[in-house]
Formats: sequence, structure tokens, C-alpha cells
Amino acid sequence: MSFSSFSDFFAMGNHGLYVWTAYGVSLAVLGLNLALPLVARRRYLQDEARRLRREENK
Amino acid sequence: MNWTWFHKLGSPKWFYEIGGRWLPWFGWAAAILLLVGTVWGLAFAPQDYQQGNSFRIIYIHVPAAFLAQSIYVMLAAAGLVGLVWKMKLADVALQQAAPIGAWMSFIALLTGAVWGKPTWGAWWVWDARLTSMLILLFLYFGIIALGQAISNRDSAAKACAVLAIVGVVNIPIIKYSVEWWNTLHQPATFKITEKPAMPAEMWLPLLVMVLGFYCFFAAVLIMRMRLEVLRREARASWAKAEVRALVEKHA
Repeated sequence: MSFSSFSDFFAMGNHGLYVWTAYGVSLAVLGLNLALPLVARRRYLQDEARRLRREENK
Repeated sequence: MNWTWFHKLGSPKWFYEIGGRWLPWFGWAAAILLLVGTVWGLAFAPQDYQQGNSFRIIYIHVPAAFLAQSIYVMLAAAGLVGLVWKMKLADVALQQAAPIGAWMSFIALLTGAVWGKPTWGAWWVWDARLTSMLILLFLYFGIIALGQAISNRDSAAKACAVLAIVGVVNIPIIKYSVEWWNTLHQPATFKITEKPAMPAEMWLPLLVMVLGFYCFFAAVLIMRMRLEVLRREARASWAKAEVRALVEKHA
């Protein structure tokens, strides 16, 4: 462990703002990249389910 | 040499099945590697004697920059395969990897700017490495825009493949920019032929993060490609059966 306390860890030796901004934004971007295909897949399957129901009712 | 695997690889159905089997492995590997690498890099790696703790940004900056360039080379390779062998799956791979590559370039540029401020005293300088990296991001934008602007799928695939292949000339420029021009950017951390220029407790977490980023890319790419294959093959009987099965499972 290269920090002696939690507040030390958050401060990052007065570079805290830079380090946490970089990590925060990157985490958000990775999360977005993961969420987009999941949402797209769900939407596609919902559309297909609707289409299949319509075809059966005809 | 037996080329059956190559032709199988071009079959959307085969990719859909094998991709589904690989996906959990890449997903879990990415989750574990990224978690371990982040905690290791942020809390346990020693601080840099010159840059202090701002150097910890390296653990996302370098993997993202690696990946952004690798993905571009992959686009060019996929483009070449698509043009030469008319493999349908190559275009799926090209179109689906491009947005991920653009996001990785964005991460590399943004973390670079945030790192540059405390280290160089400026968010941005028109330096060879930074400029060539910005061009990479614009190349990605170009490929994405081109793919969406042309409605005929075969024409779009050809145009994107050509742009990807032509643009690959930018990759060696990025790599050697720190050697050819006078630059603020520090030289490469990892070289294949030499030992890393930092101690093991600093570069080991970096290696873990690089592997984590590659696994993350593989997992997201497989997810995107499987959905796209399902869409493009919507008229094939196997795809119809698969969609029906998935719909029933979710209902």
C-alpha cells in the first residue's frame, strides 16, 4: 500500500482532481460501451416479439 | 494447409454460436483483470519520483491508446479480408469495432489531457503524438459516418474498407511520432525488444490493465457482432429460430 490513510488516498498528493477525473470519465465510457449493445439487444428482441405476435394474430 | 476454419469463420451462423460460447470467458476475464489492475495501480503501485501520483493515469491512458491503435489495424485487416474474399462477417466486424475504437481514442486523448495539465502545465499542445492521435479519432468518425451515410450495404462495406486500409498509414506515424519529432510526450513504456523503463511493481499492474482492456474489447465486440449478425440474417431459418427462442425465454 503506498498510502497511509484513506484521506491520503483520495488526495493523491494534490493530484486527486486529475487522477479521479481521468478514472471517473473512463469508467463512464466503459460502462456506456457495455450498456449500448445490451439495450440494443433488448430493444431488438422486444420489437421482434411484437412482430411475431402480430403475425400470429393474423 | 487446411482452410476449412477460415471459411467457417466467414459463416455468420458459426460465429454467432462460437461467439456466444466465448463471450462469458472474455467478460469475466475483463471484469477481474480491470478490477485487479485498477486497485493495484491506484493504491499499491509506488508513486513516480518526478510526477507523484498523477502518473497513475498511465494505467488507463496506455491501455486505451494501445487498444485504439490495435482496433484500427483490425479494421484495416477486416477491410482487406472483406474486399479480397467477400467475407460478409468482415464487414460486420469492421462496422461494429469502429465505435469502440473511437471511444478508446477518446479515453486516450482525454486522460492524456488530464495528465498533461499537472505534468506539462497544459491540457493540449499541437505536438506530433497528440495530433496524430486526434487524426486517428477523426478517421474513426469518418468510417462510422461513411458506413451510415451509404444505404446500400455492399457499397458502404467497400467504401469503409478502403478508408480503413488507407488510414492505416497513420498507425506507424503515431508509433514513431515520439522518435521522429521533437515532442513533449514521453517515449514508449513497453518495447518488445527491451526491458520496461520502470520497475516491475509499476509495469505489472499496467500489463494487467492492458490485458483487461483487450478482453473488454473482445467481449463488447462479440456482443455487438452477434446482434448485428442476427439482424442481417433475419431471413435465414436459423436466425428466425434463434430469435423465436430468445423471445420466448424473455417473455
